[in-house]
Amino acid sequence: MTAAQDRLPRLLALVPYFIARPGIRIDEAAADFGVTVKQLRKDLELLWMCGLPGYGPGDLIDISFDEDTVTVTFDAGMRRPLRLTGAEATALLVALRALVDTPGVADADAIRRALAKIEAAAGQAEPAGVAVGLGVREGAATAEVRETVQSALRDKRALRMSYYTAAKDEVTQRVVDPMRAMIVEGRGYLEAWCRRAEAVRLFRLDRIDDVTVLDEPSVPPPHARPTDLTGGFFQPEPNQRTARLVLEQDARWVSEYYPVDDVEELPGNRQRVVMRYADESWMTRMLLGLGGDVRVEEPEALAAALRARAADAVRRIDSLG
Amino acid sequence: MNLVLCLLSTRQYLSAERIRGIVPGYADAPSDEAFFRTFERDKTELRELGIPLEVGRNSMFDTVDGYRIARRDYELGEIDLEPDEAAAVALAVRLWDSPELTGAAHGALLKLRAAGVDVHQSPHAIVEPKVRTTEPAFAPLLAAVEASQAVTFDYRRPSGPEARTRTLEPWGVVSWRGRWYVVGQDRDRGAPRCFRLSRIVGDVGKVGKPGQVRRPDGVNLMAFVASFDSEQRPGQPVRLWVAEGRAAGVRRRATVVGAQEIDGAKGDVVELDLAYPDSAAKWLAGYGPDVVVLAPDVLRKAVRERLLAVAEEAR
Repeated sequence: MTAAQDRLPRLLALVPYFIARPGIRIDEAAADFGVTVKQLRKDLELLWMCGLPGYGPGDLIDISFDEDTVTVTFDAGMRRPLRLTGAEATALLVALRALVDTPGVADADAIRRALAKIEAAAGQAEPAGVAVGLGVREGAATAEVRETVQSALRDKRALRMSYYTAAKDEVTQRVVDPMRAMIVEGRGYLEAWCRRAEAVRLFRLDRIDDVTVLDEPSVPPPHARPTDLTGGFFQPEPNQRTARLVLEQDARWVSEYYPVDDVEELPGNRQRVVMRYADESWMTRMLLGLGGDVRVEEPEALAAALRARAADAVRRIDSLG
Repeated sequence: MNLVLCLLSTRQYLSAERIRGIVPGYADAPSDEAFFRTFERDKTELRELGIPLEVGRNSMFDTVDGYRIARRDYELGEIDLEPDEAAAVALAVRLWDSPELTGAAHGALLKLRAAGVDVHQSPHAIVEPKVRTTEPAFAPLLAAVEASQAVTFDYRRPSGPEARTRTLEPWGVVSWRGRWYVVGQDRDRGAPRCFRLSRIVGDVGKVGKPGQVRRPDGVNLMAFVASFDSEQRPGQPVRLWVAEGRAAGVRRRATVVGAQEIDGAKGDVVELDLAYPDSAAKWLAGYGPDVVVLAPDVLRKAVRERLLAVAEEAR
């Protein structure tokens, strides 16, 4: 939407907004509408010249505002906001429905009451054509971790925890300053400033063990910014290594799931891909797990290391008799 | 803005000429043509905002159509939210990480605030769910669902490279665990089908006219997609040997029940429950010589088979 197209819906909403809140502070109103105070003043000046046509100045919208506050004293017949469009009702109602069965987000009863009220006001009982299931599966241990994390967020306290890093297959002790908790793609995450890494990190709740709320306050540094998830979890990094792989039909999911380049289709529904990876330990585990469904063409050192580890493992298994 | 106020205040249909005379701004139009061009554009803009613009005549003697806005259809119904309900709404608005849906949710929030509801940013102690729409096919499919219009697209099967053209009467778009699907009647198969948006190749085309697709009553879109998701199987007890100081990912989920030396290497005997026997073999084989399955036999054989395939790979 352009700025001009954004403006009319805002102008239509402003009059009933101010009618409902006589004497509200102008900066508070600007924040509610997501515009600057300067823009809101411009809007108000324009509204002041609007009114019922063909009548005297007394039929214009009447607004009194001083330095800080605004009051609308005559609404020219615009007391209620415009009803929700189908798209607006859908976006809001579908989101509320998705929250109902999600652990830890809000009181399910409050969500149901909000749903019923908005459905009644919007006059649209069944929003069309969009459904969202967050599908969160949370074990008892993770639920406990989540509750501890939430209490640290509520009380603005730092956390000490053991965290399992799958990339390196290691458990480390960390002290973190919690910023927010999120659910993305069916999994719970804590976003926090990690004092060990000195950076903002996303911690999967099901990989947190032994978590304790500390007495000291949570103080993420001012430059700590929320992670931008728009591009997904796998951010390309300049120092990543690459391997050329041939995927059998049963391993084609790899190229759908992980970031790969130069996909080449081969006979027999196989694929040749170049896969980026950050960590040798993680890559080795993934490739060994895939067994014969994947073959490493390059680099040869990685292929040789895999063969050697696999041979060691088979010998160990066979030594059991 | 003045046009809205004018049409809201009238019960009678007002002709374009009368509107031109009373709405400030239109009087300045230099020519008839310029006025009608502006008036048409403004009508379109109002309709796009969802303003119910009615067209009609006041009596059989009127020679041209007039316009008005029915207040009953214009106004949002009465609504009053308790603080905990408003907090739920604030969270719902922040669910979307999507150009199409974020804008719509914010538009709804603006109107709720205008209706006198106080919705503040919720406290940070809650978990914020996020739903993204990154697939290029999302916007055209959502538009097709809203317009009740059939679509056609090329769809790649997970098992092979070739994409097939499918024609679908879309009933809805569904997000399940962060993945988007489109559900509808597949015209080629003559049956309901579900397609993953990330497997759609290229552009989504429109077929036929808007309003031609009818979603069956009572269809549960979510059940359609979630039924493809495998049921969680109960965990089976598994006993493993884990090399000393290795395989942290296995150890954190297991209980140590003893110590044992295998093939000259020291390690621990551990126990844990594994819910998915198939993916368990994949997971454990990944650890190579650091993990050996002691029981059950069937899992040990599955792991060995995977590792043998790698070990014996032709150079």
